[in-house]
Amino acid sequence: MSSPLLGYVDREGPLHALSGVSKLALALGVVLGAMIGFDVRYLAAVAAGSLVLWAVSGVRLRDLSVVLWLITIFMVLNNIGIFLFAPGYGTELFGTRHLLLDGPWHWDVTSEQLFYQLAVTLKYFAVLPAVLLFVATTRPPEFASSLARLGVPYRFAYAVSLALRYIPDVQREFRTISQAQQARGLDTSRGAGLRTRVRNLSSVLMPLLLGTFDRIESVSAAMELRGFGRGRRRTWLVSTPVRGRDVLVMLIAVMLLAVPVALLVVNGGRYWNPFV
Amino acid sequence: MTAPLLELRGYTFQYRAQAEPTLHDIDLTVRRGEKIAIVGASGSGKSTLLHALDGLIPHHFRGTASGTVRVAGNDPAQVPLVETATVIGTVLQDSNSQFVGLTVAEDIAFSLENQQVPRAEMPSRIRRAAELAGIGDRLEDAPQALSGGQKQRVAIAGVLVDDVEVLLLDEPLANLDPASGRAAVELLDDLHRDHGRTIVMVEHRLEDVLHRDVDRVVLMSDGRIIADAAPDQVLASGLLEEHGIRPPLHVTALRYAGAPVTAAQRPSRSTDIALTTQQVEAVRAWVEEGSPDDGSADAQRSRDERSGDAGIALDLRDVRCEIPVGPDRSSVVLEGITAQVRRGEMLGVLGSNGAGKSTLARVICGFESLSGGELRIGAADARGWSLAERGEHIGFVLQEPGQMLSRPLVTEEIALGLRARGIGEDEIARRTTMVLEACGLAPFRSWPVSALSHGQKKRVTIACVLALEPEVLILDEPTAGQDFAHYTEFMDFLRTLHAAGTTVLLITHDMHLALEYADRVLVLSQGHLLADEDPAVVLTDPALSARADLVTTGLYDLARRCGIEDPHRLVHRFVAEDREVRAAQGDAG
Repeated sequence: MSSPLLGYVDREGPLHALSGVSKLALALGVVLGAMIGFDVRYLAAVAAGSLVLWAVSGVRLRDLSVVLWLITIFMVLNNIGIFLFAPGYGTELFGTRHLLLDGPWHWDVTSEQLFYQLAVTLKYFAVLPAVLLFVATTRPPEFASSLARLGVPYRFAYAVSLALRYIPDVQREFRTISQAQQARGLDTSRGAGLRTRVRNLSSVLMPLLLGTFDRIESVSAAMELRGFGRGRRRTWLVSTPVRGRDVLVMLIAVMLLAVPVALLVVNGGRYWNPFV
Repeated sequence: MTAPLLELRGYTFQYRAQAEPTLHDIDLTVRRGEKIAIVGASGSGKSTLLHALDGLIPHHFRGTASGTVRVAGNDPAQVPLVETATVIGTVLQDSNSQFVGLTVAEDIAFSLENQQVPRAEMPSRIRRAAELAGIGDRLEDAPQALSGGQKQRVAIAGVLVDDVEVLLLDEPLANLDPASGRAAVELLDDLHRDHGRTIVMVEHRLEDVLHRDVDRVVLMSDGRIIADAAPDQVLASGLLEEHGIRPPLHVTALRYAGAPVTAAQRPSRSTDIALTTQQVEAVRAWVEEGSPDDGSADAQRSRDERSGDAGIALDLRDVRCEIPVGPDRSSVVLEGITAQVRRGEMLGVLGSNGAGKSTLARVICGFESLSGGELRIGAADARGWSLAERGEHIGFVLQEPGQMLSRPLVTEEIALGLRARGIGEDEIARRTTMVLEACGLAPFRSWPVSALSHGQKKRVTIACVLALEPEVLILDEPTAGQDFAHYTEFMDFLRTLHAAGTTVLLITHDMHLALEYADRVLVLSQGHLLADEDPAVVLTDPALSARADLVTTGLYDLARRCGIEDPHRLVHRFVAEDREVRAAQGDAG
């Protein structure tokens, strides 16, 4: 079995032991903090923190390699896109223009633009490790219960956690179907041309989709029979109690939110401007 | 007499998408403390009947109903689903896909969580339900770590946690190997006997159900109740065969011997039946009359003939397979398997769930890689072959036909693999016609795949694989979940393919299937090869059967009780006669 695309990674680690609520608070603190703040110093600090967190968490890069690759590709495309369509945005923001490289048409490279794109890139490094770590170190039932504790409707929270719970099963099913179709000569491996691959992939995805629908049907019948959705609230068997270190983590989360707000005032805007 | 707990009066139901009612004028009463088995062929309406009781009709499945339904005095259609669920606990088929928790304890807790039971009260109730269902020692385990039988126990515990009075089970034995099936039947019996639960189960594996007593057998056919009586009466009535249910084998054997059972002899179990001296004599005479070389020697001869000139199709030498099961963990699923498959053979691979049978097939097809040993396909070492290359020699038919069908039309589905191999359109047309004919699908050639029954879809997948003209055909649990009529039809079809020269590998946990159809069986247990033998020898070797978690059929007990020295002679006699009788029925029908 290949490792799951995205989901709980069953290893011992300091983050695994934390309560789901505090981890969710931390992830939310990082996400909101990075949304408000565009101060490069702040983003660099959070990004460094996120990377340290990943290093100590016991989660390995290859556990989530597919997702990490997708994000990396997206990050690179995002940066290229910004430069192609708005190469002068940095100058606009910071009000100065330090030319580094005189490019064709309006594609001049300026320090301001690089600085702005650095901030954008740092956001990826600040936010994504924190969010991925939350998913990877929180067991799906607790994942759902912590979402519900923070006020997300439990049906929604449960749906998300159930989806995560079934990712490995769907992957296994995908593998079996794909192998059976390859044995019939429908090559979906790297050897085949792109067009053939895409066409053959459809003969794997169709059975997978239909099978998944059947499965959703039977799971939902079973859940209804066992009283899912009967009340406006439900209780949860699994929820790690909130302990001292969880309180500490939640305080950090609040700080992560407070710092960019304070910086808004100090900097007199969302950006820290080193160019003046 | 106690008051009826479940009651249907003149109940008729038609699904919204169906042209005709699935249930007609059903009258059924279940009293508190009863244990009832509902049997019937596929499509007889038995699952629909369960859902009329548990409230999924009309709350989940819609349609029009008439007549009355009462569950503990209430109409399930009029009260919320959860209210019915406080009386009736339903265990659906395929407990695997119902597992919502990440551990056993979480799954059992699901209903308690929904009722907002405080967290502190949960562990004790979970423990009690789990112990009742015989899964108390696995509370912290993940679903992947459990066998099919254990998952089902979790599903049962998940409804017992609510102190329900009634357990409804939809084909509880369908995905279980015989040994776990018997264990499940024993568990249900304990819940009934020692804990006063009322039990209603739908199942067509009647012999396994009758491993423990039931109060009544309800026989359904075409949406109607045909019989509703004590099991002994139903067995003696001859109605089961007429409506596509296989009676226990010892009952059929006695009928073939010309000494059919009566209700008074309590024929439910081969171990308890009160055999008369006439019956014992009749069985002995019947076995004698089929001359000794009728069965085993016959099979032996055909084997010798084949092995003489035909080559080796598959050659496994010390095969080992290790599969990763999580981050940094792996388990050895196959170890030291050495066996050969000769061309033209029909070989069974027998073993309980998790014995490594499917993995063996997957290794042969290249779905899993070898971690030791050697695999030769024909005369060549298969190492480094791609899946497609192996697919030219070996056709693997998955257990679930849905996993292989991706095109809307039957002919397109068959052509798909041929086109991918660059075969010309003329040749595709020729092969399509040929396999449609061979698989009995010619009348359906222009049908949409979605309009076919489960068994027909399975034939389409076989047709697709056969069209590629492989030397060996591997089928994973070819008859799982099919009723007797479909089972017979399907297996006879496989036999015609085999007679036409295809080498067939049957992967199954069904001893009787292997006995009836395989020339030879490989018995696997916990990844090791226990035996490579004539199936009748395996069947009549209780020690071997027990080690492999297989179950000897009632024929073995019957032979023993009739004082027949070589039980496999009775077995061969039975298989031969059964074949004739069914062939005659086939011609007549």
